[in-house]
Amino acid sequence: MTYLSLLVLLPMVAVFSKAFSGGPSAFWREVSQVQVRAALELTVVSSLIVVVVNALAGTAVAWLLVRDHRSVFARVIGPFVDLPFALPTVIAGIVLVSLYGPNSPLHADIAYTRTAVVVAMAFVTLPFAVRSVQPVLAALDQESEEAAASLGASPWATFRRVTLPSLAPAIITGAGLGFARALGEYGSLTIISGNLPLKTQVASVVIFGFVENDDLPAAAATSLVLFALALVALLIFSTIRRRFITAELP
Amino acid sequence: MSITVQSISKSFGTAPALHDVTFEVPAGSLMALLGPSGGGKSTILRIIAGLEEPDSGTIAIDGEEVTHLPARTRGIGFCFQHYAPFRHMTVWENVAFGLKVRHRPKAEIAERVSELLELVRLDGFSRRYPAQLSGGQRQRMALARALAVQPRVLLLDEPFGALDAQVRKELRTWLRELHERVQVTTVLVTHDQEEAMEVADRIAVVRDGRLEQVGTPAECYDHPASEFVLTFLGPATRLDGSWVRPHDLVVTREALPGSHRGRIERIVRLGFEVRLEVLLEDGTDTWVQLARRSYDALGAEVGDEVHVHVGVGRRTWPVGEETDPQGQSLVGVPPAP
Amino acid sequence: MKARRLALRWGLRLFCLAYVGFLVGVPAGSVVWRALSPGFSSAWNAVTTPAAIHAFVLTLESAALAVALNTVFGVGMALLLARRRFPGASLLEALVDLPLSLSPVVVGLGLVLLWSSREGWAGPWLAARCIEVICACPGIVIASAFVSLPYVVREVLPVLQEVGDEQEQAAETLGAGALTTFWRITLPTIRWGLAYGVLLTTARILGEFGAMSVVSGDIVSRTQTFTQFVSDSFTNFDPAGAYAGALLLGLLSVAVLAALSFSRSREARIR
Repeated sequence: MTYLSLLVLLPMVAVFSKAFSGGPSAFWREVSQVQVRAALELTVVSSLIVVVVNALAGTAVAWLLVRDHRSVFARVIGPFVDLPFALPTVIAGIVLVSLYGPNSPLHADIAYTRTAVVVAMAFVTLPFAVRSVQPVLAALDQESEEAAASLGASPWATFRRVTLPSLAPAIITGAGLGFARALGEYGSLTIISGNLPLKTQVASVVIFGFVENDDLPAAAATSLVLFALALVALLIFSTIRRRFITAELP
Repeated sequence: MSITVQSISKSFGTAPALHDVTFEVPAGSLMALLGPSGGGKSTILRIIAGLEEPDSGTIAIDGEEVTHLPARTRGIGFCFQHYAPFRHMTVWENVAFGLKVRHRPKAEIAERVSELLELVRLDGFSRRYPAQLSGGQRQRMALARALAVQPRVLLLDEPFGALDAQVRKELRTWLRELHERVQVTTVLVTHDQEEAMEVADRIAVVRDGRLEQVGTPAECYDHPASEFVLTFLGPATRLDGSWVRPHDLVVTREALPGSHRGRIERIVRLGFEVRLEVLLEDGTDTWVQLARRSYDALGAEVGDEVHVHVGVGRRTWPVGEETDPQGQSLVGVPPAP
Repeated sequence: MKARRLALRWGLRLFCLAYVGFLVGVPAGSVVWRALSPGFSSAWNAVTTPAAIHAFVLTLESAALAVALNTVFGVGMALLLARRRFPGASLLEALVDLPLSLSPVVVGLGLVLLWSSREGWAGPWLAARCIEVICACPGIVIASAFVSLPYVVREVLPVLQEVGDEQEQAAETLGAGALTTFWRITLPTIRWGLAYGVLLTTARILGEFGAMSVVSGDIVSRTQTFTQFVSDSFTNFDPAGAYAGALLLGLLSVAVLAALSFSRSREARIR
C-alpha cells in the first residue's frame, strides 16, 4: 500500500499540484502556447489515424494468424507481430530510421516528417491491435458462422453480421490500448520525428523539452492535459465497448 | 467420532443462509445433507469443516468444541465439489500432501499412500497428473487425499455432482463399501434424493437455511415432517384433496366404495414401471405408478374409464398444511380384487 | 465463387505480409544488416567501450532490483485483489494500471517533482541526509519500478481468479498452514503466469527510455542507461554504436519473446 502510493500516487499528485501551482489562469496560459497546442494536436490526430489503420490491419493480421494458421504466411508473420512490444522504443526508432531514414536503401526517406510520426506510432501499437483480437477470434464458435451460412448468408454478410459484432469489443479494447500508448509514445519519436517544433514535435517531446529547460510548471501542465486525454480516451473506448457487450447474450 | 451441530445461524451480507440448525451425526455413521441447490447444505458442511465461521451456534467433534478452531487443526477430511486437485502435483503427491505437511517419516508416507491408492483403486495411476484422469478417478483421488491424514470425520460436498449418470451409480455403491471398511463418520451433501436414500444411514433435509427433518431414509420417506419433505423425497400425487404416493394407489375396472372415477389420459411405459395419468371426475389430474405385471392384469388403454383408490394401510397427507409425521391411514376401502 | 474466395484469401495474405513486413520485418532486418555490415568485430568493439559496458551493467543491476521489488509487490497485490473483497478494490486496481496509460516522460516528470533535491517535495529532506535520488541510481530504480508496476499483477491476477481458492482451502483442510499453502500450492499454481509477468517487467525495464531521460541525468559512465547510450550514439552521429547497441538490445528482446512464448505454452499445458 505504502509502496504503491509512494511509487505511483505521490508523483502524480506532485504533477497535478505543480500544474496548478500558478492558479488556473497560469495553467491555461501554459497549455495554450502555440508550441504546446500544435504538439497536442499532432499527437491526437496521428494517434487517431494510427488507431483506425491498425484496427483494420490488425484485425486482418489476427484473422490470418487464426484462420489461416497453417499457411507459410502466418508462420512467417507471427513472430514479428510481438516484436514491437518487446523492442525498446528507442530501438524501434532506430529500426525504422535504418530503413526509412536518410540513406534509405529503399529511397524512402521519410525521417523528420509527420508521416514518420504516424509510422512510428503504428509500429509500437501493432501488437495491441493484433493480440487483443486474436484470442477472441480463436475462441469464437465457428458454428454460428456456419449457421449463418446455412441460412443463406453470403460470406460477406456472415462476416459483417455474425463475426464482426463478436469481435468488436476486442477490436475496441485493442484500439483503446493502442491509442493510450500512441499518445504517450516518446522513445521512437525522438529518433525518427526530428522534433521540429510546430511540425513534427509530439506532446511527450514538448514535455521533455520543458523539463530540460527547467520550466517545470509548463511541463506539468502539458503532462496533465496529455494524461487527461488518455483517460478520456480510455473512458470513451470502454463505454463503446460496453455497448457492444450488453448487446450480447449473457 | 460424533459431530454435534448446535443452533448454527449464518448470514451472508443481509441474506440469511442458515437459521438455527441443530442435528447430530452419530459416530461411524453416514449422514446425507439433502435439499435443493442454494438451500444452505454446503454452508453447513463448510462450517463443520471450519472453512466458514457461523454467526452463532457451536460445532463439536467427538464432544470437543471446535467452533473457532481453524480447519487445519480440526482433524477433518474434506472433498470439494470439483475435487480441487493440486494440478501441479501427481496423484501420488496429491495424496501424500497432508502427510508431508505433518512431517511424517518418508517410509510411513510411502506405505500409507500406496495403501490408500490401492483402496481407491488408483494404484496404477500414481505418476499421472490430475489433468490426465477421468472425472471418477479424480473423485477417488480426492477421497484418498482426504483419508490419508486419518481424519476424525469425512466431509463430502456433492461428491458425485459433476459425474456421468453411469459413473455416479458405480461410485455410490463403491462409497458405501468404502464407508463400511473405513468406518469414519461421514457427512455428504447432495441434491439427489435417490443418492441420499441409497448411500446414507440418516438424512437431514435442508431447505432455505432451515432443517426440515432428520431421520433414516425410511422414516423420512414414510413419515415426512412436511409437505416439502414429502414431495422432495419421492413422487407424490393428489387424490381427493390429499397427497399420496402414486405407488400406493390402486386402479380397478369396477367402481368400489370410496373409489374415484376417471379416464386414462396417457400411458408411459418405463420398463418395469408403468405410469398411468388419470383425469378424475372432480377435475384432478393424478397419476398412478404400477408394476408391469399389475398393468398387464388391468389391460387398460388410453381413454378407458377406471376407478382409483388408496391401497389398504397406505398413508395420505392433507394438502397445504404441515403434515402429521405419522400420516393418516385411510380405513374402509376394501382390498383390490 | 471458389475463385473469389481464393482471391480474397491471397489478397489477405499478401496484404498482411506487406503490412507487417514493411512496418516491422524489413526494418528489423535492415538494422541487423547495418549493424553487421562493417564487420562483426567493429560492431563488437562499438558495444564494448567502457561507457557502453557501464551503461549495460547499470541497466541490468537496476532492472534486477526493480524486478525483485515489483515481483514481491505484484504477487501480494494480486493475492489481495483476488482473495479479499473490500471497498475501493477497483480503485486500487485502476491505480496499479495507471502506469500503462501514462507517457514515460510524464512519469519522469512526476518523479522529479517528488524526489528532486531542488524542486521536489521529499528531495530536500533526503538531500540533507546525503541521499540523492534524481540523477542517481535510486531514481533509475524507482523509475524502472514505476513503469513496470502493472505487469506482474496483470498476469498473476487472472490466473488466481481462474483457479479459485479451492486448492488453497483443500490444503488447509489437510493441515497446511498459511505459509506452507503459499509455497506449496499458490506459488506453483501461478508460476507460469508469474514467470510471464516477470519477463514482461524485465523487458519493459530494459527498454525504458522516456522516464530515464528525465530522471537519470544521462551522465556517461555514471547514470547513463543502455537505451540512453544507444540514443546518444545515434544523435552524436555514431551510427556504428547505435546500430550495434540496437542489435544487442533487439536480440535481448527476441530472447525475452522466446521465453515468453515458452512460458505461455507451459501454462497452457498445465491447464
